[in-house]
Amino acid sequence: MAVVRDEQVPVRGEEEVVRVRQLAREWAISLGFGLVDQTKIVTAASELARNTVLYGGGGTVRFQALNDGPRRGLRLVFEDRGPGIADLQLALKDGYSTGTGLGLGLSGAKRLMSEFEIESALGKGTRVAVTRWK
Amino acid sequence: MERIPILKMGPYLLVTIQVDMHDRLAMALQDDLMEQIRRHKAEGVLIDISALDLVDSFIGRMLGNIAAMARILDADTVVTGMRPAVAITLVELGLSLTGVRTALNVERGMELLESAREERETGHGRRQG
Repeated sequence: MAVVRDEQVPVRGEEEVVRVRQLAREWAISLGFGLVDQTKIVTAASELARNTVLYGGGGTVRFQALNDGPRRGLRLVFEDRGPGIADLQLALKDGYSTGTGLGLGLSGAKRLMSEFEIESALGKGTRVAVTRWK
Repeated sequence: MERIPILKMGPYLLVTIQVDMHDRLAMALQDDLMEQIRRHKAEGVLIDISALDLVDSFIGRMLGNIAAMARILDADTVVTGMRPAVAITLVELGLSLTGVRTALNVERGMELLESAREERETGHGRRQG
């Protein structure tokens, strides 16, 4: 699998969450995703970027265009150096939230994308990588 | 601070969301709408989202809250014009917007509000004039 294009942007506040949505849309369009897939990617990006800001205290988002044989895909990687997640199983459950949200951010983003990976260490931060293949 | 305009038309309030909302803007709209319902004794709220290319869990929750709060203030809410791709994504995300009435477009949304208003006038006689 090869990364053919790569871009990283900071996401520290609400305005940058909006910017991440716009960038996700541009990347999805440039890779030829259809309208429904674009909407899924942008919505997942919005949920995960908001988590990075609210729970991670801000961080970065990396956009990557992937080639895997004939498959093309878009990967988004969200990283923060926040407090980390104590119980990943619980964090991935629908309706679970330590904040004031609906608890659909992580679980919803997972359903909207083809691949989902999460790593978190207490006191060190969280990394969420999601990929949508065409 | 930037605000989403709310128009008054007869007994109804109309909102067209045309910008990519950040979270504070969504919260401000919720507060402004409640204040305007009270001030104008509005009987219905129509929120058109045909320009929105995404409804995430935050915006979805805001729509649900507005409908629930307006209900308590004795006003009906209808959300109009949701794009099909947005509806597909919303359900997959896990949000079904229970309790939020929807209509395909503004015209049908107004019809819904009108019929709800007729019902309350003839049916329950809850309001005068």
